[in-house]
Amino acid sequence: MGVTPAQKVEAGDSTSLVTQVSPNWITTRLDFLVNWARSNSLWPMPFGTACCAIEFMATAASRFDLARFGMERMGYSPRQADVLICAGRLPFKLAPVIRRIYDQMPQPKWVISMGACASTGGIFDTYAMTQGIDTVVPVDVYVPGCPPRPEGLLYGILLLHKKIRGETMADEAVRQEPTLDPGSLMLPPEHVDELSEPFGNSVHQTRSA
Amino acid sequence: MNPSVEALRREFGDKIGRAVESCGDTFVYVERESAREVLAWLKDTSGQEYNYLIDVTAVEYRDPELPLEVVYLLFSLERKVQLCVKIALPKSEELLVDSVVPLWQGANWLEREVYDMFGITFRDHPDLRRILMWETYSEGHPLRKDFPLRGRLSRSEQVRRALHANPEAHYSMDELSIAEAFNDLPEDMRERLSRGERDAIPGLRGETENG
Ligand code: SF4
Repeated sequence: MGVTPAQKVEAGDSTSLVTQVSPNWITTRLDFLVNWARSNSLWPMPFGTACCAIEFMATAASRFDLARFGMERMGYSPRQADVLICAGRLPFKLAPVIRRIYDQMPQPKWVISMGACASTGGIFDTYAMTQGIDTVVPVDVYVPGCPPRPEGLLYGILLLHKKIRGETMADEAVRQEPTLDPGSLMLPPEHVDELSEPFGNSVHQTRSA
Repeated sequence: MNPSVEALRREFGDKIGRAVESCGDTFVYVERESAREVLAWLKDTSGQEYNYLIDVTAVEYRDPELPLEVVYLLFSLERKVQLCVKIALPKSEELLVDSVVPLWQGANWLEREVYDMFGITFRDHPDLRRILMWETYSEGHPLRKDFPLRGRLSRSEQVRRALHANPEAHYSMDELSIAEAFNDLPEDMRERLSRGERDAIPGLRGETENG
């Protein structure tokens, strides 16, 4: 199965005009406004598959309070969400599911990979587990930890805010998100193999055969 | 030792193999051919009444000479007694036992799990499909000792096949809450659901299962 190249987001004439004349005062002010609005109202799509989701719930609850960042509304419909937070390990059986959810989210969209399992497969270096969700969907921020404390996730969210604040309509490249073909690999197979190499302790795991 | 073992020996003679007691639990080995008969007797005979099937599972030992074992954990709700019945399956023979779904409906998914993880076939099972791995999974039966921990294929191939699996096809019609709405579904979805998705991955047709 072929690799989908990152396709250019269809840009209308007005966008290219903007690209030609920018950055200038108007576009940077507009960027500032748009990015301020976007980064302060990120609606999360919680994809909680395992123990990390418990810590995600703690982050959303009153003590840590995601609402401070305009995120109190969990978008359980991917069509009304901006940031996919994968909290927990992703078994192969869920790979087509998370891909479909990602595809259903409207642009612009971001992905946070929460925890060791979502980022690398963690301790589950096995036949059933994707070795990192970045083999299936593009990831913006990785939050390490098993599980990450709520402070860790909040820090990841703040990093994402920072990333969003740096986006500009003058630079189309930062807005380009690959249109993924259902069923096709997002990365070349060699990259998937390399990303899935044993990580950390799992090199020392006992293996039969 | 659980007195049921003596009763079993009186009833079935040499179809009952050795019995072991360990930590207060009794394990009794039964010949494969008469297993269902024995289990039915244990369930229905007064004085035995093992009417609750706690679990069906299987064991493969590290020693390759030892046979696989199918394990039935029984419990009598009336008498509050537990009994463990085992069937030894030598690896040289076909891994085949009689399904106990006719005795306990609850065995349905348990036996599917044993089939999925160990490749043991249950004769007369109403719906013997994989339950944990998806149906197009072709790398074998993961809990067998000869199965490499990370699977047989490269990671990229595993991801590719996983992405090709159709999540809707993991369930049979009666497991889906949309069963009643079946006739309202789009034509192609109805077709996919009714045939399941065995062999649906391009380039896999005709590939036999390992293990
Ligand atoms: S990283 Fe740790 S806490 Fe998070 S899903 Fe994996 S095992 Fe669970």
